This record gives sequence, C-alpha cells and structure tokens, in this order.
Amino acid sequence: MLNRLIYILPLGVFLVMAVYFAIGLTKDPKILPSALLHKPIPEFTLPPIEGGPGNGFSSADLRGKGVSVVNVFASWCVPCRVEHPQITRLAALKVATVYGLSYKDKPKNALKWLRELGDPYAAHGADLKGRVAIDFGVYGIPETFIIDNDGIIRYKYVGPITSARLEKEILPIIKKFSQ
Amino acid sequence: MTAEIGHFALILALLMATVQATLPLIGAHKGYESWMATARPAAVTQFGLVAISFGCLTQLYLTSDFSVLNVVQNSHTAKPLIYKIAGVWANHEGSLLLWVLILSLFGSAVAVFGSNLPPKLRARVLSVQAMIAVGFYLFMLLTSNPFERIFPAPINGQDLNPLLQDPGLAIHPPMLYLGYVGFSMAFSFAIAALIEGRVDAAWARWVRPWTLAAWCFLTGGITLGSWWAYYELGWGGWWFWDPVENASFMPWLAGTALLHSSTVVEKRDTLKGWTILLAIVAFSLSLLGTFLVRSGVLTSVHAFATDPARGVFILALLIIVIGGSLALFAWRAPALVSTGVFQPLSREGALLLNNLIMATATAAVLLGTLYPLLLDAVGGGKVSVGAPFFNAVFIPLMVPMIAAMAVGPMLSWKRADLKPALMRLKVAALAAGAIMIAAWALVTDGPVMGVVGIGLAGWLFAGTCVELADRLRLFKAPLADSLSRLRRTPRAAWGMTLGHLGLAITIAGMTGAGAWRTESIQAMKPSDTVTVAGYTFTFDGASGGKGPNYSITEGTFRVFKDGQPVVTLNPEKRIYMVSKRPTTEAAIHTTFFGDLYAVVGDQDPSGAYVTRLYFNPLVAWMWAGVIIMVTGGCLSLTDRRHRIGAPAKRSVQNAAAQAAGA
Repeated sequence: MLNRLIYILPLGVFLVMAVYFAIGLTKDPKILPSALLHKPIPEFTLPPIEGGPGNGFSSADLRGKGVSVVNVFASWCVPCRVEHPQITRLAALKVATVYGLSYKDKPKNALKWLRELGDPYAAHGADLKGRVAIDFGVYGIPETFIIDNDGIIRYKYVGPITSARLEKEILPIIKKFSQ
Repeated sequence: MTAEIGHFALILALLMATVQATLPLIGAHKGYESWMATARPAAVTQFGLVAISFGCLTQLYLTSDFSVLNVVQNSHTAKPLIYKIAGVWANHEGSLLLWVLILSLFGSAVAVFGSNLPPKLRARVLSVQAMIAVGFYLFMLLTSNPFERIFPAPINGQDLNPLLQDPGLAIHPPMLYLGYVGFSMAFSFAIAALIEGRVDAAWARWVRPWTLAAWCFLTGGITLGSWWAYYELGWGGWWFWDPVENASFMPWLAGTALLHSSTVVEKRDTLKGWTILLAIVAFSLSLLGTFLVRSGVLTSVHAFATDPARGVFILALLIIVIGGSLALFAWRAPALVSTGVFQPLSREGALLLNNLIMATATAAVLLGTLYPLLLDAVGGGKVSVGAPFFNAVFIPLMVPMIAAMAVGPMLSWKRADLKPALMRLKVAALAAGAIMIAAWALVTDGPVMGVVGIGLAGWLFAGTCVELADRLRLFKAPLADSLSRLRRTPRAAWGMTLGHLGLAITIAGMTGAGAWRTESIQAMKPSDTVTVAGYTFTFDGASGGKGPNYSITEGTFRVFKDGQPVVTLNPEKRIYMVSKRPTTEAAIHTTFFGDLYAVVGDQDPSGAYVTRLYFNPLVAWMWAGVIIMVTGGCLSLTDRRHRIGAPAKRSVQNAAAQAAGA
C-alpha cells in the first residue's frame, strides 16, 4: 500500500502546484502593494521645478480638493515618455487634479521634457534628492498614485500606464473615490 | 496571401496531428495494423505543413509585410537581414511556431529513422507526440495566431527589442527549444512504455539518443544565453537565477539525471519507475518553463508575452499533459518489474546518488522560483527570491555530488569496494590539494568557497583522468596494449569522460568568475587611468558613430600591464532609433587567465563618462568546458549501439536493410 502511495506522490505534488498556479493567474504581477496603501499621504512640500512655472505643491494641496493623481516622472525615464500621452489624456478628462513629481531630474532637462511633450500637470514639484519619493514608497518610475479627497492613498501603479490600463482601472478607481 | 497560406497550413497541421494522435493509438490497442501504419506518413505530413507555415512567416518578415500584426510589432525595414529572420522567433507567437516546428521535426525523425522500433511502440510514441502537438496548435490558433492581419497597415514596424538584436540571441532560442522539445521524445517514449507496461534495455537504448541530443542542445542553449547575458547586459555577470534562466536550468538538471538513470536501465534492468518519472519530469519542467515565461504568473526581464488569457489556456494544457501523465504513472508504474539488484555501494548506487542530488537540486530551484508565487497566492505579500538563496542551497548540494562524481565511474556494477577505488584516486586527491594550496596562495583575500570550488574542479578533473588511465591500463600494461584499448573504447565511454572533464573545467571557470572577480566603477575623463587587477586602463575619450539602425557612443581604453600595451578596448553604447532604447556592448579581451571587460556608460554634465571595468578570472574556461561537455555528448550520440539499435535485432535488420536496398 505504501509502495502504491509513493507512485501517487508526484501527481499529488503537481496538483498542489497547479492550484497555486491557478491562484497566481488571478493576480496581476504588475500591481505592487504599497505599505502606504489606504494610509494618509506623507507630509511634504515640494518646490517648483527651478525656472519653471507654478509654486510647486505640498501635501496640503492633496487634501479636500477632490481626487488627485500624483504621477512620478523623469526626463531620463523612457517608459515615462511612453505613458505621457495617457497622462495628458487623463488630465484633459478633468476627473482628477493631476500633479507631476519630477524625480531626481535636472531642472533644465525636466523643463525641456515638458516643453517638448506638453505639460499636462496642474502643478509640478521637483524632488531633486528623491526624499519625498522615498516617503511615498516609490519603487521604480514611472509610478502613479491615486489619492482621495481625505488625502488617503487609494491606488498605486508601477510602470507605464497604457490606454487599456487607464480605461479599465485608473478611471473607474477615480470615479469610485469621487463619489 | 502568404499569411493566409501560413494560417491555413497551421490549421491543416492541427487536423493531421489529431489523426496522428488517435488512429495509431487505437490501432496499437486493437491490433489494427493499417491504423498503426497511419502514424508515419501523418508525422511526416504534419512536419511538412508546419514547415510551410513557418516558411510563410519567415517570408512575411523578409518582405516586411506590415499588414501582419506580428511583423509590425517586431520588425522594421531598417533592421539587418539576420534580425529580420531571427525576429520570426523572437516573439511569443513566432517562438511557438518554432516550438511546434521542432516538435514535428522530432516526430518525423522517429517516423523516418525509427524502422528498428517495434511497430506498436512506434505507433504509440508518435501518437503521444501528436497529442502534445494538438495542444500547442490549439493554443496558437485560439490565442496566439502569428498570422493575424492589421488594418490599416502602418508604414513601418515597431522594431525588435534591441537587446534581442544580437547574433548570440538569434540562435539561443532555437537551441533552447531543440533541447526543451527534445525531451518530448523521452516523454513520449515513457508514456508509450507505461501504456505498454514494458520497460527494458532495448527501450532505454531507444530513448537514450533522444535524451542525449536534447541534453546537448539544452546545454548549448543555456550557455549561449549565459554568454549573451555576459557580454550584452554589461554587468559582467553570467547567471542571475532569474525565473526564466531557472526555467531552462530545471529541465537540464532533470535531463542530466535522466541520462544517468537510463544507463542503469539499459545495463542493469533496474530503476525503471524512477527513469520513467524523470522522463516525465524533464519534459514537464520544459512545459513549465514555457508556462512561467508566457502566462504572466512570474514576471521577469525575459517575459515578452504576459497575458493571463493565454495563461489559463497553458494551465489547462499543463494539467492535461503533466497531470495526465503523472496519473498514468501512478496507475501503471507499480507494474514495472525490475530484475537487477544492487548493493548501495556500486555503480548503480553511485548513479542513484547522482540522481537523488540532481532531483533535490531541481526541487530546490523549483521551490526558489515558485516561492514568490506561492507566498503571493496565500496573501503573504510580494517577495523576490534572488541569488543568495540559490547559492546557499545549490552550492552545498553540488559539493558532495562533484566529490562523488570522481568516485562513481571507478566503482563496478552490482557491488563494489570503496577502498581500492579511493586508493586509486590518491593521485587525484594530491592534485586537488596542490591546486587548493596554489589558489589560496595566489588569492589570499578571496572567499573560502573559491578555494573549495577550484579544489573540487581539480579533484574531478584528475579523478576522471585516473579513471581513463585505469581503463586504458596506462603505465600498467605495454603502451601498445593501452593504445589498442584506446581504440576499442566505445564512444559512449568517451562521452562520459569528456562530459566529466568538461564539467570540471566549467566549475573552475565558474569559481574564478564568481569568487575572484575585480571590478571598478567610476566617472572617467579622457586620459584618466584606473588600475584593475594589475591592468592599467587609460581612457582616451568617446566618440559618436552610426550603425544600421542605431547610433553609437564608442569609448576607447588602452590597457597596459607593467607598462607594456596589452590591448585597446572599444566598448559601445547604442541607442536604437525606432524604440529609443539603449543597449551596452561590452568590450572583452579574453586571455587564458581571465577576461578584461570594459563598459562605457552615460556622460555626466562635467564631461566625464561613467565606466565600469572588470577583471573576470577564468571566464573562458566556462565556455571551453561546456564545449567539451557538448562534444562528449555528441560523441556518445554517434556510439555504435545507437546506430544499430538493439543487438538481438541486428542480423534481421541488416537483412531487411539489404532487401530494401536491393
């Protein structure tokens, strides 16, 4: 009998693995959990990009003004360039205030980038040393955060936003927290 | 039109495979010879149809037909010809087409060259082979059609990922697939044997060449990938324990174990159930490799197609193929009777030890690769398992194995005495000790594992030489006698000797490159110098240039040793025009003792360039060792017994061959 069980063992091991695969398939490997998810945003004040328009933005701007989106970008980041049209589209829809966090970028390059590709952001701030990004738990850019009216982080996405991602996830989540 | 022909041929191949998967199997069961006889023409026709389909896709790439989605996404008119061809399989859909092409190629090889196989076994093997094919054809036609059209057609394509535009990577996937798919033969033979309920020496002899060929290709394919990572990624590393690397390494480990256990089945008629299981596992791991890369379950730098919809299909396919075959194994394998008995201390025992360690190592790599998935599935959060885990688990497993590897071939079958074997290995022990002391004296500040690794390599190399000398009775018998023994040594035995020698050299290379490498990363301005491992690198600045579809920044380093010029290195940084993506082309100067390796990076505002300079000891040994191992495999493949098949059938067959020739 025991002998028989040994022959069944490989099948058993495989079936357990298959169950895990099945569960794994239901998860999106691109969504990284953030320790800050469903937690308040960190306190910060960011200066504007040196030589650029605006006065920067701070954590106070993200509270009490409806849903906001913080998009972390840099001119040296190729995927950021890829997602830029989607960020522009999102800003044009006016469903949320879109802020740009210029991550470890030279002011000159960041401004050139905005001039070249267009500036969709309601305001941008320069995080020259990446300190605010660390507080946000930024992992690799581009990263995008959705923050509700109370300043709670509701969603985080790592990687370039595609048009499908924008329509199927970002917009519904913004809508959900806008009510 | 070409796309439609390719698509249509693929559909016909599916239908042909369906016929091949059913008629011969039923025929073999019921004893209908005419049904069984459909297997061979079906296999050959199926191959012809897939070849047409593959030819069509290649034609679409060559003519840059941008009305086909796959070509748009992976090609560009400015791309050099070789990468237009390589582009065919450097994407998800095309690589699957290559997969089925190779699968049907192996199937038709059995059909054409398998005249010495018993008709029932041949019919069943070809049916099982076709079942796998049916799964893949369905997968392609339903979820990943390479011939999908796009309207309106864009003016130009999106170009191939620049990292893949490399000669090493152009041949890496076909080699790897020849290996992966090669194990499907061992698998089909195993399933056919389970259905038949009979595994004997003749069966092992038929399976062996397929396993050996698959092993050679897989070894070559993995090494090509590693070599590519070494010179293309610009980190000076050659193995990263990345999920996709592991996916190719696991079938290699299982396949290596299978090679050894099938010897036991052939020579001693035992370990049958275990060998069948290894054949199933080796191919299952190959399938799992496909699954891991394509389903999006695990992300990796290699993942060029992550799509959960495809994942569901692949999972279903895996459950049917792997689950089904393991269920068949659980049901039928207990009936396999082994006649050979052996003491734990014997050649069989040593091979079994090899198998147990290889299986444990496979399981450890599998666990490390899947652990992030397992943890995430139970809500434990996202983690990644990296090199520290694998090194901590894998290396301690390999140490006893390499130590035993020199002893195993010295033991006799059935029952052996350890003491005389160890006495004969005294020379090897002395050699290993001397090498360790020399290594320790040369690199005083290196890690202990470096000394251990080089000692093991020395032990295995010397041990294998002692075994060879013993076999030839070198220095014990007259030279003429030794020479005649040398001539009469079967090629399979040479295969073993070369395989083990090659591994010893590879281990020495891995130890050197892993433990003793020197690196220096800094910003350099023209005429700056940096000294790495006794070599002085003088930076002469960088200049711009242009390739066929990329722009170049080329740095120049003059390297001196003791004031004497050694070489001028010209690393490049390329920006591909269409995708704007950069790649690094490291400049490498190979010497017997190590590689000088230079990478040039971006320019900072002060005008200095970021440069990375390495001295990677013994890297060339790694590649040389693998070449020797694969040569050993190929030599063993040409062994007489594989050409003539089972000895009992020899005379009958020769007669038949003469009759056919007359």
